[in-house]
Amino acid sequence: MPRPRGPGSGIPPVMLALSALALAFLVLPLLALVLRAPWRTLPAELASPEVGQALRLSLLTASMATVICLVLGVPLAWVLARATFPGRRIVRALVTVPLVLPPVVGGVALLLLLGRRGLVGQYLDAWFGVTLPFTTPAVVIAEAFVAMPFLVIAVEGALRSADRRYEDAAATLGASRWLTLRRVTLPLVAPGVTAGAVLCFARALGEFGATITFAGSFPGVTRTMPIQVYLALESDPPAAIALSLVLLLVSVVVLASLRDRWITGGAG
Amino acid sequence: MTMLPARTKAWTRLVRTAVLASALGVGLVACGDSAEPTAEGSVEPTTETSNETTTALTGDVLVSAAASLTESFTQLGADFEAANPDVTVTFNFGASSTLATQITTGAPADIFAAASPTTMAVVTDAGGGDGEPVVFVSNRLEIAVPAGNPGAVDGLDDFANEGLTIALCAEDVPCGAAAVKAFAAAGITPAPDTLEQDVKATLTKVELGEVDAALVYHTDVLAAGDTVEGIEFPESESAINDYPIVLLSEAPNPEAAQAFLDYVLSEEGSQVLADAGFETA
Repeated sequence: MPRPRGPGSGIPPVMLALSALALAFLVLPLLALVLRAPWRTLPAELASPEVGQALRLSLLTASMATVICLVLGVPLAWVLARATFPGRRIVRALVTVPLVLPPVVGGVALLLLLGRRGLVGQYLDAWFGVTLPFTTPAVVIAEAFVAMPFLVIAVEGALRSADRRYEDAAATLGASRWLTLRRVTLPLVAPGVTAGAVLCFARALGEFGATITFAGSFPGVTRTMPIQVYLALESDPPAAIALSLVLLLVSVVVLASLRDRWITGGAG
Repeated sequence: MTMLPARTKAWTRLVRTAVLASALGVGLVACGDSAEPTAEGSVEPTTETSNETTTALTGDVLVSAAASLTESFTQLGADFEAANPDVTVTFNFGASSTLATQITTGAPADIFAAASPTTMAVVTDAGGGDGEPVVFVSNRLEIAVPAGNPGAVDGLDDFANEGLTIALCAEDVPCGAAAVKAFAAAGITPAPDTLEQDVKATLTKVELGEVDAALVYHTDVLAAGDTVEGIEFPESESAINDYPIVLLSEAPNPEAAQAFLDYVLSEEGSQVLADAGFETA
């Protein structure tokens, strides 16, 4: 234990005890998952066609959702960080709503907008014969809806903390705004964008509530890994634990690749 | 504007589910805190008002019941509470298979009412039942279509139509297992677009008009009111679900729970269930 460096800098025992409790609370459930995992039958559980199907669908939809979030979210983050316009704070608050909204509510909201009788969905159906619910694109939409705030916040934080003098210098040297953005600003905040994209991907991969509400659950089309876990828990708990391990592994990999980049990027 | 009631109804259901979920949470906490006093208190003889019974029932009764029992059991719970003011009946409605998993993994509950003997067996085979389960009602499947029947569905064979949007219950859930039997009896291979978690989730998709047809219970069609139209079909005969109910061996409040169970099985209770569309013995 490090020696206290001065009066008041030691850790009070109460704080130590409570923080140990907090750590146990966060770690023990995951430990239970690992300890109770059916390690011997694990390869067989994971080799089942349903699992492969769900895993492929999850990776595909989470990747597509991440691409959508990047294409739309980076410009939004740039506008929030660089432009000044009335109501910017309100826009920023609106962007973070899906972050705190219960995902099921997000799913209901998506149904009421894009469902067959939704505000927009009824015209998609009537004019183009397109119905979104119960399709793979619906899964991507639900995932992008809940995941985009993660990307926007990460990228906006990185943009705010980036040194603007490089942009000013580029502009002085005659670069257009678009060239400056592509060749100076984006490379400068690339770590922030990467971190945001990774978080966005992880959130999309774990999405459950909005997906099952808006997109339903059908093998190979809309039944993603989290939904498969939920279903398997009813009929085949060992399979559910095996699937949960896979998702846990993905989360750990995401965390490891991220380290504390998001936090330092966002704090600036 | 005709779909406004459908939306309102589905919203109500979502809100109700959320409220029930949190109520259950509170119920569980309350139960955990007061497990001991309740066990003592429930057999304590009354001193002041001993007009009809020698013992007064107290405490919480936790009932895990199939989603299809939502309306009728909520009614029965309210009636029972009115007759026994010191008792609170708290419900956990959900897919019978989910409830069975919760009970076998130790979720506190006094009574389990399942929508199929198979899901009941999950609990009783694990030694969770206090005595043998009793079949108290049965329910048959019915085709549910949104008001106005936009998909022009008139029988079970429409479920094979790829062009229609169809919702069924997942096979692990009793209504899904019954649907499989019905389709087998009719020799039809259905083309569903979604396999929902429980019968109420399936019904909600019809109420919102997101699907052209779904297979739910007759009772759900009645509960949905004007927003949903029901179509009976002959093959439902081969897919009638028996609903067993049992007092659980680890019931925190067995006396009050037994009283509620007796009330469900009573003539008065049967009438409430029959009014909801269940077939009673």
